Amino acid sequence: MLNLQNKPVPVRGSIPCRGHSAGQTARFRDQAIETMDRAALERLQLQRLQETVRRVAAHVPFYQQKFAEWGVKPGEIRSLADLHRLPFTTSADLRANYPTGLLAVPFDDALRLHTSSGTTGKPKTLFFTRQDVDNAAELCARSFVATGVTRQDVFQNMMTYGMFTGALVTHYGAEKVGCLVIPAGPGNSERQLMLMQDFRTTFLHVTPSYALYLATFMEEHGIDPRRDLALRKAFVGAEPYTEETRRKIEAGLGLDVYNSYGLSEMNGPGVAFECEHKRGMHLWEDHFIAEIVDPQTGEPVREGEVGELVMTTLCREAMPLLRYRTRDITSLLTTPCPCGRTHRRLNRIAGRSDDMLIVRGVNIYPQQIERVLMAEPGVGRNYQIALAGLDEMTIKVELAQAGFEAKVEQLMKLQNHLAEKLRAEILVKPRVQLLPPCSLPVSDGKAKRVIDNRNL
Amino acid sequence: MKDVKLVAAFAENKPGQVSHFTKILANANINIRWLAVASTGPYGVMKFLVSEPELACQAFKREGLIAKLVDALAIEVPDQPGRLHAVADCLASHNINLDNASGFIANNRAFLVIEVSDHAPARDVLQKQGFSILAQKELPL
Repeated sequence: MLNLQNKPVPVRGSIPCRGHSAGQTARFRDQAIETMDRAALERLQLQRLQETVRRVAAHVPFYQQKFAEWGVKPGEIRSLADLHRLPFTTSADLRANYPTGLLAVPFDDALRLHTSSGTTGKPKTLFFTRQDVDNAAELCARSFVATGVTRQDVFQNMMTYGMFTGALVTHYGAEKVGCLVIPAGPGNSERQLMLMQDFRTTFLHVTPSYALYLATFMEEHGIDPRRDLALRKAFVGAEPYTEETRRKIEAGLGLDVYNSYGLSEMNGPGVAFECEHKRGMHLWEDHFIAEIVDPQTGEPVREGEVGELVMTTLCREAMPLLRYRTRDITSLLTTPCPCGRTHRRLNRIAGRSDDMLIVRGVNIYPQQIERVLMAEPGVGRNYQIALAGLDEMTIKVELAQAGFEAKVEQLMKLQNHLAEKLRAEILVKPRVQLLPPCSLPVSDGKAKRVIDNRNL
Repeated sequence: MKDVKLVAAFAENKPGQVSHFTKILANANINIRWLAVASTGPYGVMKFLVSEPELACQAFKREGLIAKLVDALAIEVPDQPGRLHAVADCLASHNINLDNASGFIANNRAFLVIEVSDHAPARDVLQKQGFSILAQKELPL
């Protein structure tokens, strides 16, 4: 039964509490690889890159044609500096080669099919061999262990199970660590809470929008997660979010939030995860080569500069991808991390080059708006950017209990204050509309933050 | 403390809002004695005087609405001309701002409900002047 009262929930007699004893935390899943010195890591990358290039040149007509167009032969890739001579792969290429055009192994060797979420028209198909499934899970397992997860943890996975990689890949990863995995999927918050109470869930994998919704849900039902639940960590990803949102989720759910990055084209989750130090996401460079390029020209940016993340798979069998344009805007951190891992770190995703809005001639990323809103205690956790008419921008935001002083004048004041702060950040003054909580839609998968109905 | 609590809730200024809020109270079996609506632009604040303010506030929050309890004073007065003036005059002479004032009649008794800038001093000066300030449970709800 669901217990929504303000009392601690006794652990059921038959369910042993998977306790945490001090000093048992393994910091590394694969210490030799994770702390490999850079020169050795780069040698490994080159060897795997050359092998990947040879394989796609032999088996994938799309790459054979691209190599011809770019005038490059597989044998000419002699160092990592030759990477830029290889052609880009774009999401349009993946769609154009639907359903099996990019397969590098016989169809019978494919073990699993995923598709990429959040797009219109034909999906992008991603194939995995048995080894690919195992590798993807292994990278997730590494990432979990890097934050102190052990086999004693209980993992409630709130990502959507199905064609989307988000749930299954982390599911297999947590099983590799030996955690108890609860394949809860998203939604049905009452049941989520029941599972957390009855099985003493210790960590979650969840989208930021659903995590914020759950925090509100618990508050409304008088649940104090610190007192009533055993939650310790949440891996939050699948949508970009800001530091302010991280803090709101941490405060609302009483746990540590670890930023995670993945995309279905690169196996899904497990590409880059924060370690316990939360100073950027270690990108597993024995499996991927990351480049940052200027999204307009495709030319590499200077070290540490912001640009579009471009990724090459190094170990993928079924569907290797060369220089895949992720459309994600970020930068690479090259400074050493106190954890000892040598793999470079990805900064928080600043936006998607696809998500960039141009309003009255100004480039705006939705994350800029989120940063302003989430720093404001008077407003809630969900927001929407509505564009209509001729470049009219309305930011719809839910009011928080803390922002209500029972006076209409104060509501107008808050509205004007937000509009002013937004103008300072994005250089366009939007209309701000305060709404009651839960009036904006929260999707199970990814939140729809921008509604563009402009007649331009 | 001879105070009454009003339940204030955030509403959008659009049709159907009062109906939405009163339905929640009806379902919670809470009796409404008095209601005030203030609106500016797209926003409104509704204030209810009810039999059980804490329960009403929880009922609103359970439905995902923004609500809080606010302090008010309920004064029983003879149902005759000049009584609101006497209250207003007393507050004015003590430089206390009257934010909101309204009244109702129940069981042949007349009541004023007021919200003021300085709650505790207002209660004290009115009591000193001999006004009959009521606690929540003394109201005919």
